[in-house]
Amino acid sequence: MISRNVEKIPPSGIRKFFELVIGADDVISLGVGEPDFVTPWEIRESAIYSLERGYTSYTSNYGLLGLREAISDQVYEKDGTFYDPEREILITCGVSEAYDLAIRTITDPKDEIIVVEPCYVSYQPCITLSGGEPISLPTSMEDGFVPTSEEIDQRITDKTKAIVISYPNNPTGATMNKKRMEEIADIVSEYDLILISDEVYGDLTYNEKHVSFSSLNGMKDRTILLNGFSKAYAMTGWRIGYLAANEEIVDGAVKIHQYSMICAPIISQMAAIEAIVSGEKGKMEMIREYNRRRRMVVKRLNEMELDIFEPKGAFYAFPSIKEYSGSEEFSERLLREKRVAVVPGNAFGECGEGFVRISYAASRETIIEAMDRIGAFLESLKR
Amino acid sequence: MDEILEILEDNARVSYREIADMIDLDEEEVKKKIDEYLERGVIKKFKTVIDWEGAGEEKVYAVVDVKISPERGKGYDLIAKKISNFPQVKEVYLLSGEYDLSVLVEGENMKEIAFFISDKLATIDRVYHTTTHFILKKYKEHGEILFEKERNHRQVVSP
Repeated sequence: MISRNVEKIPPSGIRKFFELVIGADDVISLGVGEPDFVTPWEIRESAIYSLERGYTSYTSNYGLLGLREAISDQVYEKDGTFYDPEREILITCGVSEAYDLAIRTITDPKDEIIVVEPCYVSYQPCITLSGGEPISLPTSMEDGFVPTSEEIDQRITDKTKAIVISYPNNPTGATMNKKRMEEIADIVSEYDLILISDEVYGDLTYNEKHVSFSSLNGMKDRTILLNGFSKAYAMTGWRIGYLAANEEIVDGAVKIHQYSMICAPIISQMAAIEAIVSGEKGKMEMIREYNRRRRMVVKRLNEMELDIFEPKGAFYAFPSIKEYSGSEEFSERLLREKRVAVVPGNAFGECGEGFVRISYAASRETIIEAMDRIGAFLESLKR
Repeated sequence: MDEILEILEDNARVSYREIADMIDLDEEEVKKKIDEYLERGVIKKFKTVIDWEGAGEEKVYAVVDVKISPERGKGYDLIAKKISNFPQVKEVYLLSGEYDLSVLVEGENMKEIAFFISDKLATIDRVYHTTTHFILKKYKEHGEILFEKERNHRQVVSP
């Protein structure tokens, strides 16, 4: 009954694990890919106020102009890149939709799209659903989970259309330095490709300020910048993201968006405007707290002598558990024996095998208790 | 802003070790810094925010607006200090506007507070007017919400 395309894609590895966890109420979870903070009150309050004033309609397919202008200003302030709010920004239902739109807008059947892994679970399936061919580019802990330009070069064929990249990265917490970005940008230009850059964790960096791909010389026109409000402002449930690109791509994307979503919910868009206007302080507070938890988690994992790469962004640590067992077995046993949920690394691509994703978007008490239990679990495995 | 202060302001019971892990210092350095803060009086004291009503204790509070004619050369300080010395007085602020001092008074019951104000507070030299507002209910104190806290409704595992 269902199409071959849909049959071809696997269910999300996270979903599979979720089925295992569900129903167990004594589980403490470091498996959550979203902030543990509730959306700051000013933002929620402004949504309530917009409802009171009767904001309940559709908006322009592009989204509220006020929000696009606010985003345009914010991007300009951060990166020095100007996106025309009337033609180059599209408000979407979360970055997930923005990504899907980006892929559907540019993909012809058999087009190859290089996906840097480990990565977010939807990157490959969306390409398959659009009739394209996802080409995996695995990265390793030794290379800081960042690809080299040679590795990209090796995978480019005459069918290559685009490269999908996301730094700061979910699940590894890796960031990419500017030099490496410039090398990749050179390849993208050389082969006339499109770079899809999911920067939803862009605000969550702990050592160096995030640099946006589109701010590199000549890259604005070749980049589809994806970002949103979910992570930095703790607004996952509001479903607000955006796609910023050249007019031609945005024109294409808005066609799909208008026939599938029409527009993102107006209440959420109103809240997103408030997030930009008054959310900065709350955001910075959350980021400082994530950083404390990050250091805490890294310290504890190091003490357990797990092989770990120091995460510099997002809110994940991605230790290697290779010496103990495979990702799934490790996660399932940790869940069964110590009631701690983490996500098996192979849910994010084959090269994630041998790792688990630990989210430190959890209260300090939760983190400490979970770390104690993981430590005890490792001891029991050693015996 | 020192992160140690930020962490302790929110929770005074965080251990040296935990603070050290969070800000990438060793335990000894954290202890030294906190001791220094105590010595300098930057950290005044480690106290606890208690919901007395929740603990089943009857306590009554009043905010008292106080008007004062200030003393030449000393301003409001001398009188404010005098008021602060009473153990019943929990907080004293000098304000702009119609009144000069805002004083938070604690007592076992209304009568006790009323007596304290008429007998001790209002009779201080240069205090020429007081207005007493009894507190009916506390919603938030020292930045802590005293009613049921909201919680996140996340799923246990998500991408």
